[in-house]
Amino acid sequence: MSNLLEVQEASKRFGDFIALNNVSVTVPKGSIFGLLGPNGAGKTTLIRIINQITLPDTGKVFLDGDPLQSHHIKDIGYLPEERGLYKSMKVGEQALYLAQLKGLSKKEAKERLKYWFDKFDISHWWNKKIQELSKGMAQKVQFIVTVLHRPKLLIFDEPFSGFDPINANVIKDEILQLRDEGATVIFSTHRMESVEELCDHIALIHKSNKILEGKVSDIKKAYKSNTFEVGLLSDNMLELEKTLQNKFNTEPANFKAIDEQLKLKISLDKQVAPNELLSFLTERAQVVRFNEVIPSVNEIFIKTITENE
Amino acid sequence: MSSNLQLIIKREFISRVRNRTFVVMTFLSPLIVVGMIGLIGWLTTLNSDEVKEVVVVDETKLFIGDFENTKEVAYLDYSSFDLDVAKDSVISKKLYGLLYIPNKTSNNDLAKSIQFYAEESPNFSVLNKIERIISNKLTEQNYKNEGLNLEVIERSKAKINIQIENFSGEKTSKISNYVKMGFGGLAGYLLMMFIIIYGNMVMRSVIEEKTNRIIEIIISSVKPMQLMLGKILGTSFAGILQFLIWVFLGGIIMMIGYGIFGSSLEANTLEEATKLLEANHEGMMANIGEFFLEVSKLPMLELVLSFFIYFVGGYFLYSAIYAAIGAAVDSETDSQQFMLPIILPLMLGIYVGFFAVIENPHGTVSTVFSMIPLTSPIVMLMRIPFGVPWWQILVSISLLIGSIIFMVWFAGKIYRIGILMYGKKPSYKELFKWLKY
Repeated sequence: MSNLLEVQEASKRFGDFIALNNVSVTVPKGSIFGLLGPNGAGKTTLIRIINQITLPDTGKVFLDGDPLQSHHIKDIGYLPEERGLYKSMKVGEQALYLAQLKGLSKKEAKERLKYWFDKFDISHWWNKKIQELSKGMAQKVQFIVTVLHRPKLLIFDEPFSGFDPINANVIKDEILQLRDEGATVIFSTHRMESVEELCDHIALIHKSNKILEGKVSDIKKAYKSNTFEVGLLSDNMLELEKTLQNKFNTEPANFKAIDEQLKLKISLDKQVAPNELLSFLTERAQVVRFNEVIPSVNEIFIKTITENE
Repeated sequence: MSSNLQLIIKREFISRVRNRTFVVMTFLSPLIVVGMIGLIGWLTTLNSDEVKEVVVVDETKLFIGDFENTKEVAYLDYSSFDLDVAKDSVISKKLYGLLYIPNKTSNNDLAKSIQFYAEESPNFSVLNKIERIISNKLTEQNYKNEGLNLEVIERSKAKINIQIENFSGEKTSKISNYVKMGFGGLAGYLLMMFIIIYGNMVMRSVIEEKTNRIIEIIISSVKPMQLMLGKILGTSFAGILQFLIWVFLGGIIMMIGYGIFGSSLEANTLEEATKLLEANHEGMMANIGEFFLEVSKLPMLELVLSFFIYFVGGYFLYSAIYAAIGAAVDSETDSQQFMLPIILPLMLGIYVGFFAVIENPHGTVSTVFSMIPLTSPIVMLMRIPFGVPWWQILVSISLLIGSIIFMVWFAGKIYRIGILMYGKKPSYKELFKWLKY
C-alpha cells in the first residue's frame, strides 16, 4: 500500500450550502501533501472529515488501507488553524492531558515531552501558565502536542502563522525530519513559498470541488509554456531586440543582473526545441543567461483559480 | 475511549476546584452566611432595644389600666390632657405616636373611632398589640353587658389540634405539614440554586474552550459527546465536593457558635418559643419536641433516595441545555438570549412548588408539574415529604430519564456544530438547522 490516505468522493453539505462536492484525494505514504485553496473553499471541512470531527454525507475515507474508524484518532496528529490552549492551565499539565487524550500513558507522555521540551529548550516553561507565554511560545507547545504521539499522518493547518522567521524555520526542519522518519504530512496553507519549498504533492480545492491534484513536478511540467528567460549582451541592443521581436513571441523580462543587458522572456511553440532558440541567439549575441521559466505554485494556483471562476 | 472520559472528568474537576473563586466561595460562604445571620440577629436586637413611647389619651378611662409597659413599648397616660395639647407634646418631644380613645356612648361606636397619630406609619406589632388589648377589653365588656359570666366563657373555650391520620395508620398533624413543607421547599430551592450555579459553570467552561480555540485540538482526540459529558460530570463532582465542605464547615461553625453563645441562645429560643405559644390563638402546640418527632417520622430513606435521583437528574437535564447554549454562543453576554428556556421552567417549578404544592400537594396542578420533566425535579422533591404514590414517582422518574437521554442527544448535536462556529450569533431557527447537519 503506497497511499497512506485515500478520500473517495467525499461530499458534505450544511443546509443549503455544499461544503464539499465529490472530492477525492490520494496522499502517498511519506509525502508532504499541500492542500491548497482560497478561503472558504472547503479545505477545513475536508481536514475535519479526515479527523472524524465531521462525518461526510457520502464518500469514504481510507487510512493505510482501512476504512476510517475511531481508533485511527491516535494515528493522526492535527494542528488546526484555529488553535489555542487552556489559558489558566500550566504548560506541562496541559501537554500531558492532551497527550493522554491521544492514548499515551502518563509515563510515556512525560518522557516524550521531556525530550521535546529539551529539544526546543523550553523545559523551564513546564510550570508556567499559557497566559504568561507569547503567541509564538504557545504555538511551539501546540506543535509538540501535535506530533508527540508519533502519528502516521500529520495535518498542519497554517503551521507557520504566529512564528517569527527563525522559529518558523525550526518548525519547518522538524516537519521535514518527521517526514524522513516515515510520517506523512498534509499541509494546508496560503503561503505559497512554503508549499514550493516543502510539498511534493498538491491538491487544489476551489468552491467545494477539487480542480487539480498531483505531483508538483508533473503539474509544473503540464503548466510550463516552453518559455525561456534570456540575458543577452550585444553592441546593438535595439537592433537585436527588433530581430527577436519579429521572429519570436517576446516580452520584457525582469531579473537582477550586474551589468547592462537585454532581458527578455521568449515563448516558443510546443514543437520548437530550446536548442533552436539557443543557437539562433548565440549567432547574434553573447548569451549570459538562459533558463526555462517554470511556473511557480503560486502562478499555477492563481491561473487555475481564475480559469475556474 | 472511556479512559478519555475519565481524563476529561478529572481535568474539569481539577480546574474547577483549583479556580480561585471556587476556593474562596467554598471557604468563605459558610462564614458569610453565618456572619449575615449574626448581623441580622444583632440588628434586630438593636432595633427592639429602642423603647417606643406611645402617648395614650383615653377619654373613657376604661383601658388605661390595661396598657402595661413592655420592653418595646412604653405607654404614657395623657388622659387628663386635651387631645390637641397631647398632640403638641408628642410632636415637640418626638415621641413614637399618640393613641386616642374618645368617649362614645356605645361600644360599637367606640370600636370604630379609636385613632392612632404618628409621624411615620407605625410598626405592625405595636398596632396589633394595642388592638388586641382594646378588643379583649371591649369583648369582655360586651359579654358582661349581655349578662354572661366571664369565667364560664373562659372555661368553655376549647383548644383544638386536629390529628390527621392516613389509612395506613400514620399520624400527622399541622406541625408535621409545616415540617414537610420546610423539607420539600428547602430541597427544591437547593436544587434550583445548584442548577443555576453549576449549570453556569458548565456553560462558562464550554465558552472558555471556544474562546481559547483549544476546542478543535481536543475534539480531534475525543468525541464531542464525550467532552460534553465529561464537562457535566466533572463540574458536578466539583459541586458535590463544595456542597459537602459547606455541610461540614457549617456543622463546625454551628458547634463553635453553640459553644460560645450556647447559654444565651438557649434562653433566647425559650423566650421566643413561649412568645410563639402566647401569640398562637389557634392553640397549636409549637413544641420543639414535636418538631423533632415529626422530622423523625418523615420517610428519610425515601426522601434521601429521591432527593439524590431528582437532584442528579435535574442537574443533568439542565446542564445539557447549558452546555448547548455555551456551544452556540461566543461569549457569556451573548448567552442571555438563550436563558429563557432555563429560567422559565425553573421559576415555574419553584412557584408551583411554593403555591400549588403547599396548598394541595396532591392536586391536579401539583401532580401534572411533578410529571413534566423540566419542572418535575423541583416540584416532585417538594411533594415527596407529603407522600406520593409510588407509581407517580415511577412515571415521573422514567419521564425524567427519557428526557435526559433526549436532551443530551439534542444538546450534543448543537454542541457538536456550535463549538466549531466562531463569530456567529445564531438564532433559534439556526440552532434547529444544526440538528440536521
